Amino acid sequence: MFWDFDYFMELFLAGLTRGSIYALIALGYTMVYGIIELINFAHGEIYMIGAFTALIVTGVLTLMGWNSVAILFIAAGVAVVYSSAYGYTVEKIAYKPLRNAPRLSALISAIGMSLFLQNYVLLAQTSDFLPFPALIPEFDWLRPWEHIVRSSQVVIYVTTAIVMILLTFMIKFTRIGKAMRAVSQDKAMAMLVGVDVNRVISVTFIVGSATAAIGGVLIASHIGQINFYIGFIAGIKAFVAAVLGGIGSIPGAVLGSLVLGWTESFFTGYISSDYEDVFAFLILVFILIFRPSGILGRAESEKV
Amino acid sequence: MDMRKTFTVAIVGVFLVFTLVGISAAADTIKLGVAGPHSGDLASYGIPTVRAAEIIVKKVNAKGGVMGKQVELLVEDDVCKPEIATNTATKLASEGADVVLGHICSGATKAALGIYKGAKKIAMSPSATNPALTQSGDYPNFYRTIASDDAQAQLEVDFALNNLKAKKIAVLHDKGDYGKGLAEFAKSFLEKDPRAEVVLYEGVTPGAMDYSAVVQKIKQSGADAVIFGGYHPEASKIVSQMRKKKMKTAFVSDDGVKDDTFIKVAGQYAEGVYATGPKDLSSNAMYNEAVEEHRKAYGEDPGAFYPQAYAATLALLNAIEKAGSTDYDALRKALQTNDVDTPLGKIRFDEKGDATGVGFSVYVVKNGKYVEVK
Repeated sequence: MFWDFDYFMELFLAGLTRGSIYALIALGYTMVYGIIELINFAHGEIYMIGAFTALIVTGVLTLMGWNSVAILFIAAGVAVVYSSAYGYTVEKIAYKPLRNAPRLSALISAIGMSLFLQNYVLLAQTSDFLPFPALIPEFDWLRPWEHIVRSSQVVIYVTTAIVMILLTFMIKFTRIGKAMRAVSQDKAMAMLVGVDVNRVISVTFIVGSATAAIGGVLIASHIGQINFYIGFIAGIKAFVAAVLGGIGSIPGAVLGSLVLGWTESFFTGYISSDYEDVFAFLILVFILIFRPSGILGRAESEKV
Repeated sequence: MDMRKTFTVAIVGVFLVFTLVGISAAADTIKLGVAGPHSGDLASYGIPTVRAAEIIVKKVNAKGGVMGKQVELLVEDDVCKPEIATNTATKLASEGADVVLGHICSGATKAALGIYKGAKKIAMSPSATNPALTQSGDYPNFYRTIASDDAQAQLEVDFALNNLKAKKIAVLHDKGDYGKGLAEFAKSFLEKDPRAEVVLYEGVTPGAMDYSAVVQKIKQSGADAVIFGGYHPEASKIVSQMRKKKMKTAFVSDDGVKDDTFIKVAGQYAEGVYATGPKDLSSNAMYNEAVEEHRKAYGEDPGAFYPQAYAATLALLNAIEKAGSTDYDALRKALQTNDVDTPLGKIRFDEKGDATGVGFSVYVVKNGKYVEVK
């Protein structure tokens, strides 16, 4: 009874769901770190703001009687735009003036920004949990597997995969992607050869925020509730995932997120959910002991 | 603060005068001791009990007293501290209190009970909720009109076994003091009962992004009921995920879930969820009357434990009347055999000293509202 294939699959898919959402958030952490070596603690809040924006848009459109798939796309679109705007603005206000300051200053600024955004939503919206409508429809073709996987989970997997592919494509084959890679390798040199570093940094924040917003909308629709605090917890976990995979590395963030999601899911399923977080962080400790720069991180020697 | 202190001093002063007058005037009175915090930062827990006793005693005395004797109050302050409560208890016992209404805090009550036991005095608390006070069997002289801390767990378990006929039960909690405490009680009650087994006992991480893995585990365990100790944000996530998985497993939870936010957030999935919560007293005529009396006498709404104290005073005086004496054994028998109408409803006491029928009821979500399960 303990070894049951269906049960294993259910846990596997539950872990994949968590992992996918962590990945969408972790991308923002890892991209920003890759470019300016800053841990953007306000990133979790951007995810939360994405979910709130989508909820507001959904509320308005539902009143107007639109159908849920259309609402999902519009709400996700608006959430992406809003979150990107927030990400862009946060960078301009809180990080740009500190770009040449000691790293600790920028870090403190990031934590301040995180608290500010949390409290801003708390005051402007509410401290209560709010119900989030299930925008993702139940697919008929999924009925036979319904007991194992829900359609919202399938949508999460597919969306995450598409976002990953687009992002990889952007970084590998576009002009701005090339510029990003250049800035991440050597900022001064990139500037000398004519790369607009400020623009590259802004684009990085915008892209990272957009993926977080997509994650926010998907998970809110999957779980059905949000409040002002969801960003903090999800943000911390995604940050752990990014470190696990090797911060600064994009495939690493995805891999780290999936490893974290599966770890949590399997340990909960086969051992106990009492120690869910303990296991998650134990994995982190072990990986960092054996590979200090993360699973896919570059082993970098400090330039003296 | 100063106002309140002055007021407290005034009350104590007034009673001291009464006490002196009482002692000098007539030895033939029924002496009702009232002990609890009447000064200090926890005074707000103790004062309403003094007021309840005052209001009732005034009424009773106007009608000729108990067994034809006037009732006299002996009010003593224990500041909620166990070390002071022993002095308070000694003082009340030596002043000849026939029964004691109090104490208020569980720790102080426990300290005082040993002394009352030695002096063969009945003590009845309106507020001490520590389960061991009655369940340990150490204090046969102790009674209370409030449900003990584990009462909710007991009610949840009884409901799952008797009403839902559950055979396999999953007990979950949110790892917090409140939720885990309840879940532990529920688990221990279930383990003592041969009718059902605990198939899963787990803590979930509050605030986690989703609970699919835990929900899978519940499904895998084959539980036909879940007892959850914790608050509504986690409960609504777990219930929604269970229902979306088409699981029909009954969900029984506590006061932390008996909140309208739960229904708002879980929406359609909240339907059919059971939660225990304090009994609704507002439809009880005696309760409303007691509150009205307080407003008239003190010009404000009553404070903490007022209805419980009101009920306890009535129960004590009624027992004396029924027993026809203040003899310890006769009083115990009277308390356990007579029903009393109180603001908490009709109550009597079990052999351990807990009032039956006070405290909590089971509610179920029906059409987006919590309604009491009769």
